[in-house]
Amino acid sequence: MINYNKMIFELSNPGRIGYSLPKERFPEYNIMQIETQYLRKDELLLPEVSELDVLRHFTNISNKNFGVENGFYPLGSCTMKYNPKINEEMAGLKAFRNLHPLQPAYTTQGALEVYYNLQQYLSEISGLHEFSLNPYAGAHGELVGLMVIKAYHEDRGDFKRKKIIIPDSAHGTNPASTTVCGMEAVEIVSNERGRVDLESLKAVLSDEIAGMMLTNPNTLGIFENDICEITKLVHEAGGLMYYDGANLNALLGKVRPGDMGFDVMHINLHKTFSTPHGGGGPGSGPVGVTEELTKYLPNPKIKKHENYYYVENSKDALGQISSYFGNYLVALRAYAYIRTLGKENLRLVGPYATLNANYISNALKTAYDLPISGYCMHEVVFNGLINKDTEVKTLDIAKRLLDFGMHAPTIYFPLLFPQSIMIEPTETESKETIDDFINVMHKIAIEAKEQPEILKQAPTTTPIRRTDEVFAAKMMIFSYKDYLEYINNRG
Amino acid sequence: MSKLVEGLYYSKSHEWVKLLGDDVALIGITDFAQSELGDVVFVDLPEVGDTISQEEEFGAVESVKAASDLIAPVSGEILEVNEELVGEPELLNKNPYDNWLLKVKLENNDELGSLLSSDQYADFIK
Repeated sequence: MINYNKMIFELSNPGRIGYSLPKERFPEYNIMQIETQYLRKDELLLPEVSELDVLRHFTNISNKNFGVENGFYPLGSCTMKYNPKINEEMAGLKAFRNLHPLQPAYTTQGALEVYYNLQQYLSEISGLHEFSLNPYAGAHGELVGLMVIKAYHEDRGDFKRKKIIIPDSAHGTNPASTTVCGMEAVEIVSNERGRVDLESLKAVLSDEIAGMMLTNPNTLGIFENDICEITKLVHEAGGLMYYDGANLNALLGKVRPGDMGFDVMHINLHKTFSTPHGGGGPGSGPVGVTEELTKYLPNPKIKKHENYYYVENSKDALGQISSYFGNYLVALRAYAYIRTLGKENLRLVGPYATLNANYISNALKTAYDLPISGYCMHEVVFNGLINKDTEVKTLDIAKRLLDFGMHAPTIYFPLLFPQSIMIEPTETESKETIDDFINVMHKIAIEAKEQPEILKQAPTTTPIRRTDEVFAAKMMIFSYKDYLEYINNRG
Repeated sequence: MSKLVEGLYYSKSHEWVKLLGDDVALIGITDFAQSELGDVVFVDLPEVGDTISQEEEFGAVESVKAASDLIAPVSGEILEVNEELVGEPELLNKNPYDNWLLKVKLENNDELGSLLSSDQYADFIK
């Protein structure tokens, strides 16, 4: 059934049902008495299917999926590490699963303890004073962190600081979050080593700078050696430093953003702390701050008094940025991961991730163009093939990898090089898997020269072949209703 | 090899300027820019009457690979916007020199002096 190609709506048969509703428990309440203005005007277009239809449909669709559990997944900047099953086991426990966020705190002490302890662990790992686990994902964390920075300046009566400095190698979410937060992104160029250029930084510093967002190691997998000088310069200009935790995996337990001089940061639990990732997650983007900024962290906050855990809502806080406590079961998985590895093993994550990336960098640099030589950290960026005489582009290489049962790396990011291909193996891959990948990449480089047509047609062995990206970008169809409209208009 | 048209002025951010009269010019993106971008799927342009300033962003081009800012090679007031590109952004891939983005009234012709000739631009993108 690898070619299964149906939408659940196409299985629909009027009148078929796969559920039975419980007996009406509130006969005095008549749903038909809802005011007409609140009633739908037309029928809901929902599939009418049996339980077995649903089961087969989703099982067949899931067979087309590719995940970390299928094969190598070196998607740069995403840290697609293996998510140990013990995390799932913990999150599946009824004692956690069946809690309601409005239950009184004395009935949920264990759950609150997990939350509180995770906040403490993240503080210890990052060197920042306090964390909020409420943000739902990385970009949400960025927005909350920037709101903290804005609140800090405005509280001091300084309304002029509206600019956030962002290097050109940054993730696109940085300028996007800045804009959403009502501030202005100021881009600075990287130097020839792919790092922040101190002179360019000095040139944009002023009393209008609210802060600077930085990923370290940056998106080229390169550590910002001048980090202490950078944070000093921004602080002297009155700005705050924001650490984008996207690449924290490289430094885990070794170097702390707080010690580098960062004031605010987010951590992607779904990257660094092995919680589900991709296809919607759900993610979690805890935000940590220095002691001075602690009061701005969003409500609700989990606090501890002697041996009792309680929920606090403070008036100085930004307010609430999530429903209740964010994605609780995701935080629980991250907690399980930290407890499973323990302090000493957490410190080995970064070195192994770095070793694996450098092994790949060294093995592939004879065939692929390595624009920045020397050691990288957890990921390596190539600029396509060394041999530029073929018509083969990075896109074709990525597509061809799928034929070998490997997920494609991140491509065309960072934007610093026209044919970027960004490889992040993570620490959880064996030498055998990485050697396989290296062999396949060399094979593809030879194909590019000898049989480029294979690469232009790739992938040929996947359930879905090469998609029409232009059409997909211009003609987005998000619902079955829109799909029907499209089909009908096409005639 | 990227195509070039002689007599145009080129910017390092890969836009071209074609002088139509004393102070009226067309602005577009170069063949090199469109080939680096790949298939263009969306063009975001300002409106007639708006002004653009040299070296400042005035819009964006989105391709299947990335979204890139458009940087004004010269300053001036927008007289016309190529509306055809809204419906058919792929025209930029087909012929980037015929399919201009904006027609502008130049604010300062001296700015053209800071741009590259076709030979200089050819060297620049080598």
